[in-house]
Amino acid sequence: MLEGLLIGLETAFSLKNLFMVIGGCIIGTFIGMLPGLGPMSIIAIMIPVAITLGDPSAALILLAGVYYGAIFGGSTSSILLNAPGVAGTVATSFDGYPMARAGKAGKALTIAAISSFAGGTIGAILLMIFAPALSSVALLFHSAEYFALMIVGLSAIAAFAGSGQVAKAILMTLLGLMMATVGEGALFNMPRFTMGLMDLQSGFSFITLAMAIFALPEAIFLVLNPARAAHSESGKIENLRITKQEAKSIAPVIGRQSAQGFFIGVLPGAGATIASFLGYAVERNIAPEHEKKEFGKGSIKGLAAPETANNAACTGSFVPLLTLGIPGSGTTAILLGALIALNVSPGPRLMTDEPQIFWAVIISMYIGNVVLLILNLPLIPYIAKVLTIPRTFLIPFILFFTLMGSYIGQNNSTELLILVGLGVCATIMRFANYPMAPLLIGFILGRMLEDNFSRSMQLYDGINFIVERPMTMILLLLAAFLVVLPYLRLAKSKKTD
Amino acid sequence: MSLDRWIALVILSISLLYSYAAFFTMDQLLPPFMQRNPIWPSTFPKILGVLSILVSAIIVLGFEKNKDIKDGAEIDYRRLFDYNIGQAVFLIVMMAAYALSLRPLGFFISTITFLTVSGYALGERKIFRLFFIIAIASFIIWYLVEQVLGIYLRPLPSIF
Repeated sequence: MLEGLLIGLETAFSLKNLFMVIGGCIIGTFIGMLPGLGPMSIIAIMIPVAITLGDPSAALILLAGVYYGAIFGGSTSSILLNAPGVAGTVATSFDGYPMARAGKAGKALTIAAISSFAGGTIGAILLMIFAPALSSVALLFHSAEYFALMIVGLSAIAAFAGSGQVAKAILMTLLGLMMATVGEGALFNMPRFTMGLMDLQSGFSFITLAMAIFALPEAIFLVLNPARAAHSESGKIENLRITKQEAKSIAPVIGRQSAQGFFIGVLPGAGATIASFLGYAVERNIAPEHEKKEFGKGSIKGLAAPETANNAACTGSFVPLLTLGIPGSGTTAILLGALIALNVSPGPRLMTDEPQIFWAVIISMYIGNVVLLILNLPLIPYIAKVLTIPRTFLIPFILFFTLMGSYIGQNNSTELLILVGLGVCATIMRFANYPMAPLLIGFILGRMLEDNFSRSMQLYDGINFIVERPMTMILLLLAAFLVVLPYLRLAKSKKTD
Repeated sequence: MSLDRWIALVILSISLLYSYAAFFTMDQLLPPFMQRNPIWPSTFPKILGVLSILVSAIIVLGFEKNKDIKDGAEIDYRRLFDYNIGQAVFLIVMMAAYALSLRPLGFFISTITFLTVSGYALGERKIFRLFFIIAIASFIIWYLVEQVLGIYLRPLPSIF
């Protein structure tokens, strides 16, 4: 581990990678601050640039920096405008915005920055402890276990879907898996579902799909409803200082929520949104009666809790990605797609085969957190000027970058038409509240799932691998339980009603 | 019938077509030596096809009780004409036009036209300022993509 850590330090502290993480954090903060643009859209737009770098470590460090920056930027727009850029920062606005309205915007931003820094840093420490341990366990896995593990990951998406959303989440996952079967697969070397179209021979491009289902609908929604892109009318952001007593008061919250957020982030399908809401709810419930009344009216604990939890969860979501090669969220699914495009296979072997990537990403998380704290915080009053960009400039450029990203990835005009077509379909689906992240996760895992399934079938001459490998059986039973879990919860709540 | 069930119905139709292709057309192309394999190229799609038919049918038939979509969705599709639907449709058409014009017209003409017309359609009336900013931004982006990233982008129409 020490050797790997040193390699990671050497890679992460190279001038190029330092530039990547700093640049990524700043770009992420800028764009993440724009209401309506979440980290998935931003990362999708940045992927072509990352892939063109050709260096997987630099690419992942850049994208991770963008991810952190976007979460931080999202918190800023939540606090200043009550317009969360992402679902993960909605809970931040509960107390952050009332603080800003009470003239404490600077203080709220400082608390958010410190909480994010602490959550991200503690999360990175936990990642450093747990990821190698999980990797060594996962090394014992064969293709049958991998297949079952991916099924667990996909089922967890259903388990964490909201009420009335379970079937939709499963359907979107299946649609993603079906889209992954289009084109020429590596295993069978024959075209499938191409309908004779040459452009579909190599299947759908993951960059185009990511742009079409995240970035494009976001932009169309901004056009449809200009209120989403509400601009800052706030005045100056002054007094960024917090008192010793305030620091003392939020310290235990940060400690608790770092750990809780991290472990929620590790669960596939849970992620930053659940972590931040749960963090907020837990802190409100355990707060003394007089502090409980403050929640929702500008409580510093109510601000620190979701901010710490969502950042720790972001770090936690890297655990299944780096150790098992399984993305737990839409964002990590995009990162996985970028790694695959760079010929890197995340999984338990990543730590031993490519330690410079594995450890450099972890080290870059520390650097990213420090960058966000010491560079972005003093710059926030200036960065917040991005909120004054008129939508007449902003929206055409978002659309343009979406189109360019897809074009650069494939160098093909037909890809742009596919992007527009898929984007329109995704927008209509979002009208009906269909979750889009499961589609991308299904699409990215599709080929790996089929490869592992096929290998297991060939090795065991049929589906006997389910019975002959107990771990596979246990994982598949767990997957079945996860699918049924929301319905059990529903039945239980009906009973109590 | 609500929009989510209509969408599920469309996905059900796609799943039926997908399953038909998997069950009845793919295996005919299989070379004889592969037919002894326990897994065929159609095996996984067959499983996916059947599962998606079942799940989409659950939504179409309304077995999963849904909250009113209005509560969760960001845009109430029933009041679509209360939003800027005209602008949204126009921008989608502009994107398709951009896709078709990028190669024949080159990067600069198609990009500057797309961004200027889109900005104008969204309400920007300071056309010269808009054009000036877009022209500079287009050149910077072209330079970054072509010279820094090394990806070829034809700057002008092919006749030049």
